[in-house]
Amino acid sequence: MGYRKLTEEDIGVLREICSEDRVYVGSEINEDFSHDEMVEYGKFMPEVVVEAKSIDEVSRIMKYAYKNRIPVTPRGSGTGLCGGAVPIHGGILLSLALMDRILEIDEDNMTAVVEPGVLLMDLTKAVAEKGLMYPPDPGEKSATIGGNVMTNAGGMRAIKYGVTRDYVLGMEVVLANGEILELGGKIVKNSSGYSIKDIIVGSEGTLGIVTKLTLKLMPLPERMISLLVPFGGLDECIEAVPKIIRSQIIPTAIEFMEREVIEAAEEYLGKKFPDKSADAYLLLSFDGSDTEEIEKIYERVAEVCLDAGAIDVFIADTDERQESIWDARGAFLEAIKSSTPSMDECDVVVPRDKIPEFVKFVDTLEERYEIRLRSFGHAGDGNIHVYVCKDDLDDETWKHRRDKVMEAMYNKSIELGGQVSGEHGIGHAKIGYLNDALGHVYMDLMRSIKLAFDPEGILNPGKVF
Amino acid sequence: MSMFTFCLVKTYKVKYNLYIDILKGGRGVDILVCIKQVPATTKVKVDEKTGSLVRDGVESKLNPYDLYALETALKLREELGGSVTVITMGPPQAQAIIREAYMMGADYGCILSDRAFAGADVLATAYTLSQGIKALDRDFDLIICGRQTTDGDTAQVGPSIAEFLQIPHVTWVREIKAVDEHKIVVQQDMGDSYAIVELMYPCLITVDKDILEPRLPSYRLKLKTADRPIPMYSLANLEDKDEERYGLNGSATQVERIFPPQENVHQEIWEGTSEQLTSNIFNMLKDKKYI
Repeated sequence: MGYRKLTEEDIGVLREICSEDRVYVGSEINEDFSHDEMVEYGKFMPEVVVEAKSIDEVSRIMKYAYKNRIPVTPRGSGTGLCGGAVPIHGGILLSLALMDRILEIDEDNMTAVVEPGVLLMDLTKAVAEKGLMYPPDPGEKSATIGGNVMTNAGGMRAIKYGVTRDYVLGMEVVLANGEILELGGKIVKNSSGYSIKDIIVGSEGTLGIVTKLTLKLMPLPERMISLLVPFGGLDECIEAVPKIIRSQIIPTAIEFMEREVIEAAEEYLGKKFPDKSADAYLLLSFDGSDTEEIEKIYERVAEVCLDAGAIDVFIADTDERQESIWDARGAFLEAIKSSTPSMDECDVVVPRDKIPEFVKFVDTLEERYEIRLRSFGHAGDGNIHVYVCKDDLDDETWKHRRDKVMEAMYNKSIELGGQVSGEHGIGHAKIGYLNDALGHVYMDLMRSIKLAFDPEGILNPGKVF
Repeated sequence: MSMFTFCLVKTYKVKYNLYIDILKGGRGVDILVCIKQVPATTKVKVDEKTGSLVRDGVESKLNPYDLYALETALKLREELGGSVTVITMGPPQAQAIIREAYMMGADYGCILSDRAFAGADVLATAYTLSQGIKALDRDFDLIICGRQTTDGDTAQVGPSIAEFLQIPHVTWVREIKAVDEHKIVVQQDMGDSYAIVELMYPCLITVDKDILEPRLPSYRLKLKTADRPIPMYSLANLEDKDEERYGLNGSATQVERIFPPQENVHQEIWEGTSEQLTSNIFNMLKDKKYI
């Protein structure tokens, strides 16, 4: 798919649309725009970076790009993990980071209306001040809501509250040709035709550019408690997960972690973890309206854990205690990243009752392929993150072993009825795996949808397909 | 005269191989930890009219600084053997933090609770605790307190207890350098320097935040200690029964007014390239003479 190079004239038009100081070319462009969090997937410099501030600007930019067939890559904070917001075909990198206003928090309808550049952490804080909660809780709090919506981000609380898509009630979207479309709204139910907003959620910027979002909020639970559950080994630990789920008590989170990752986080943060006596841990969270209610619930789960062979169940019932655990949990990705010169990651999701089988399978791969693997993840919703570390392998050996081990994991996930990506998306890095997993009928249908939205193929080209 | 004179201050070469002096097969060390129940939130509201804390609906917790004291005691017991006892002064519901200390591994606990103790300032609190400590049927080798509480923040109760008990003490301990059944060697954070101090038992130390990472309460210990008694001591159990020494009567200071500090809401938002912003920050810090 060839695109022509941008000309002085193109830049001039963009400068006319946005003010001059929000259009960057050549050496003015920050190198960060050429990649996301995974530098491993390559660097691609845009020809121009435009920081839009309004829907009008986005619409006019798209009209011009459409007419002149210029590729446009929308981008938030650039915290993605699959190269989704990276301009692999050059062209315009359209940053929405400056569209960061929280326009309204409606306590009567329990909704928030925000621009796409609002950071997750800022939204969480703003709604909490009104006693409300935006439940999706991806690990990267400096991601934008727009980015979260585009990857249908999941996060820690998915097991109880679901994922980003479940909280998008409405959106304002600019189509490839610059037309503006309002979708959904502050309504709880909707049976009015195809749900286009739900196709746009998770479309990774390939179908349209979201410029405003209406999000569903929930009452903020008054109390939260976490349990740190140590196990003698990985098998017992991971086998306890389906038992907890079967007990019909729904924690807000079930995370699994191993000692090596905890130690890496300790080193990275320079802060000690409250327990290191065991090889593997589950981290459970519960929320509720009062301490007694939560206590009753967690005691039942604690008994399930002890029956499943847990060494003990540690109770984190204060802010300090929760922080001592969750700070480490939040640093896992960065800690693993800093431990190796290069890495690749696998974000598969499997049915929840297949989690033990998948995790145990991954545990055998390190030896079989002679490569270091680190894994942790949302055991409760079946979404496991496995990181393949290059360490001191030479480039050729690294590529060979990495490809083998990644293929083995994706094949296993599909065999178990899983999917390629639980929450990080496809970007340009995982396209091959998606093709293999979904098959040509599904991929052809997606291509037809893409064609209907973007006949010129200018919206984030080279992603997902 | 200050009990500081009892401290033998020596300078040691830093030894990273700790606990080298452990005497095997000894009786161990009996440790007492003083703990306090405080509001569970850092956002305590102050009634502007009455100047008192709004405690309605506010949950309580064990003072976070005391967790470091308790963790230090539990680690020393693991190394040396002996026992860990916790003591608190407060209303009957403060039993909850004794229970919590049991769930972390404390062996014994005791609560000092009496209407006569209410309204105590630092002096009266320390006196009550010192009387309570004397009333316990155990001679403690080492008393450990947290550096301060999160509600009062005076950091004075620990040292005052030591004065009343006439034992040496060291505050702001950031590291235990060596310990055995007769003495403890600690590193004290003096702000701009460290002091290495050796203390013979009995003595008292207050430990700083982050001396060790506190363990979490254990559900197994919760089950195991569910029926463990928490003896409650009142004025009648203490050696000095003079009501004038306790509570509001025994307090040398009185709170005149509590008010929230003024919040500084001044904000400046800068925009620009990383280079511009970097030089902006540099110039601002230079102008303000921070650098």
